[in-house]
Amino acid sequence: MLSLTLLSIPLIAAILLLFSRGNLSRNLALVFTLVQLVFTVYAYTVFKNEGSAAFEFLANWSVKPVLNIHFAMDGMSLVMLMLTNLLLPLIVLSGYNREMERPHVFYSLMLFMQFALNGVFISFDGFIYYIFWELALIPIYFIAFNWGGENRAKVTLKFFIYTLAGSLLMLFAFLFLYNGSPAHSLDWSSLTNNPACSCNQTWLFWLFFIAFAIKIPIIPFHTWQPDTYATAPTQGTMLLSGIMLKMGTYSLLRWLIPVVPAGVAEWQYVAITLSVIGIVYASVIAIMQKDLKRLLAYSSIAHVGLISAGIFTLNLSGFQGSMVQMFAHGLNVVGLFYCADIILNRTKHHEIEGLGGIRLIAPKFATWFMIVILGSVALPLTNGFVGEFMLLFSVYQYNTWLAVFAGLTIILGAVYMLRMYQKMVLGTAIKENMVFPDLYWNEKIVLVTIGILIFVMGIFPRPIMELTEPVLKNLIK
Amino acid sequence: MVLEIFNVRKLIVPALVLGLALIFGLNLNDWNSNQSFFNNMVRIDNFSVAFSGLAIFVTLLIFILATDYYTDDQNHISDYMAILTFILVGALMMFNYANLTMLFLGIETLSIALYVMAGSKRFDIRSNEAGFKYFLMGSFASGFLLFGIALIYGASGSFDLSKIADYTIQHQQNISPLFYTGMFLVVFAMLFKVSAAPFHFWAPDVYHGSPALVTAYMSTLVKIAAFAAFYKLMSTTFFYAFEKVAPVLAISAIITLAVGNLMALAQTNFKRLLAYSGISHAGYLMLIILTAKNQTAGALFYYSLAYALSTLAAFAVAIPVFKAAKSEDISAFNGLAKKNPIHAAALSMAMIGLAGIPPFAGFLGKYYIFTEALQSDYFYTTLIAIFASMIGVYYYFKVIIAMYGQPANEAKMEQSFNYNLVLGVCIVLSILFGILPGPILNIF
Repeated sequence: MLSLTLLSIPLIAAILLLFSRGNLSRNLALVFTLVQLVFTVYAYTVFKNEGSAAFEFLANWSVKPVLNIHFAMDGMSLVMLMLTNLLLPLIVLSGYNREMERPHVFYSLMLFMQFALNGVFISFDGFIYYIFWELALIPIYFIAFNWGGENRAKVTLKFFIYTLAGSLLMLFAFLFLYNGSPAHSLDWSSLTNNPACSCNQTWLFWLFFIAFAIKIPIIPFHTWQPDTYATAPTQGTMLLSGIMLKMGTYSLLRWLIPVVPAGVAEWQYVAITLSVIGIVYASVIAIMQKDLKRLLAYSSIAHVGLISAGIFTLNLSGFQGSMVQMFAHGLNVVGLFYCADIILNRTKHHEIEGLGGIRLIAPKFATWFMIVILGSVALPLTNGFVGEFMLLFSVYQYNTWLAVFAGLTIILGAVYMLRMYQKMVLGTAIKENMVFPDLYWNEKIVLVTIGILIFVMGIFPRPIMELTEPVLKNLIK
Repeated sequence: MVLEIFNVRKLIVPALVLGLALIFGLNLNDWNSNQSFFNNMVRIDNFSVAFSGLAIFVTLLIFILATDYYTDDQNHISDYMAILTFILVGALMMFNYANLTMLFLGIETLSIALYVMAGSKRFDIRSNEAGFKYFLMGSFASGFLLFGIALIYGASGSFDLSKIADYTIQHQQNISPLFYTGMFLVVFAMLFKVSAAPFHFWAPDVYHGSPALVTAYMSTLVKIAAFAAFYKLMSTTFFYAFEKVAPVLAISAIITLAVGNLMALAQTNFKRLLAYSGISHAGYLMLIILTAKNQTAGALFYYSLAYALSTLAAFAVAIPVFKAAKSEDISAFNGLAKKNPIHAAALSMAMIGLAGIPPFAGFLGKYYIFTEALQSDYFYTTLIAIFASMIGVYYYFKVIIAMYGQPANEAKMEQSFNYNLVLGVCIVLSILFGILPGPILNIF
């Protein structure tokens, strides 16, 4: 029942919000996301960690074609749910003190998105999982399109078609599996018990891999991402980079590796190589970027490149590191985009050059921005460090040379992040008479929460590891 | 069905709607009855009852739209409504036939009425062109059909569907070449009627030229009727001779998918866009015809329903918008989101439904078709169909982008209860059947 509750709260909220107006809708959205967070925390406290899935809900949807509904949660789902439902209130909160057209539709779409994301993370049947995966795309398309910036029609359509193309490949893979399994069952447990039926695993691997690679994004399927991040409204970018991208990495662990094991073993090296190329490529491009949001977009590609490389090493430290890093990256990237939004909001200046001295006028903002950046460049004692260390270790176990290149992410990451910080925040003000009010109350809450979590997770990452360990150990067998 | 005797003009449409509702109920009453009438010319089984129900329902919605559509043309409304009713009669015959002559009669009743309706905007040159073009091409197809039926009769000695099937079973080794020739002619004629490539050339011009309401009728009811008749033919009569015709159908399905989707990309006229989208949907439905051997009527019914609901919803928004903007281009929708946000949202839902994205019924319909096609080992055809639905998104979203992304034009859309009613019914049902598909999917 708990799974259904987690699904129904945001859905009901999304419908209710359509009938509210203005500030009320914002407050309602905040309340509902907080309620959702409370329920998630409750799920975490009652969850018994034995490696099997809990809170099961099974129902038949249709007899022919055989469609089943199967919701459940294991440690991995729970981590993702925590991330999603923790970030959502923060993202809603970040919209206070900002002007916006038709906020009720905006927040309704956002909660609908939360509904779909929750669904993706608790679905244990391929068909229902696919439906939620697609559902998540519709609200974010409209958010990015309706409230987006320059050139939005073109950019968002590209984004939509690109990701939908990936999804359709995945649909084809599921159809394959459906057809190949004797009982026509797409249930996760039956798929993992007799992996990939008698189908051609190379086909299956590529169909799934391309779908997830587009979402993550792994080079060379990333071209939609920087434009979309730059164009979407900040809250939309937070959703995209903080949570939606994790759908891809999560799905690698949930579906690709257990369902197509032979295909993964065969093509592992290609996937890792692509990921590592992505890390270096995106880092180098990030250094060259002039636009702040685009820099963050490319840094995000670099970070998730490391996550997917770690996953494809197929060892425990890679898996665990990826879970920790998914959570950490979700927090950090939301913090980063929020800081970028604060700068943009105050100065209407989106380039890195030509600004400076923010520290002098807004010291609190400068401090918290620094903390988020430290988390992002993986300084020890911050959350980024734990994950990246484990991931690099796993890549090192797989291949030393790849690990050397993957390790560049830390160095290059520090280069572009700190240089950006130095140019924008430190030094003396280049713009004269810059008005830069320090953090508003809502901004303070968001950044302080993220900042504290960055340190807490950095010092004490054990809960996430403990939650995911039994599931991931099963995966290795 | 002799409702045209009504003289009081204002009452015609309400009376027809009531009559249709009555027939809808009577029709459902025949569920599970399996009777045949007129020396086995007409056979009523669950297949025909289900499709008749769908056809009557679609006609009902179209007639509700018609009340407002013909406000300016009250003089001819009785003619229009009578002819539209004849189209329904033809369609019903095409669902219930048990005899090839009955099939021919049904197709002709439907087509002749449709030729007239396509040309019913007498002073519009495009409408005249549509009517004439449809008539010429349609007559050709009818000729093919008739000749094919004659040849089949020559080979098997019967018009009766089950007797023809018996003939193919008994003479499995030496089926006469006459029979195959006849079968191919009939199949080609049916391909024309369902507007599958390479027999699709009439569709864009006719859809474009006809009055919008007739286009809506054509793209829903007529298409469903043609496909149901085609399906019945393939699944009951040509069952044993299927291997011979399967490659032709597969190639036709692939070309249809390619042509429909690729040509739709470049369209700027909304009706032409829907014509090509209709062709591409014909391509998906062709996959069902390909798998007709496995009794896939459930998939056909569900997909037809989903397609009809989305298309009707699109027209329920489009017709008043066209009227206001005096243009039928996609640009007529520019900025609709600012003027009528609810209508824009509804049209977006219709477009997303047509593109086959969950949670709308269109998605499940596609999913069902793909599973059936894969089960019958049409691997590459399914792959192409999946690529086709990728392309589809682009042109359906052109409409959404026009509504949300473009500056608004001045044209003010008049609100009407009837249009909104149809729109609401279609969207709600489309979501409902998408979420609770059970009863419809397993109807047979």
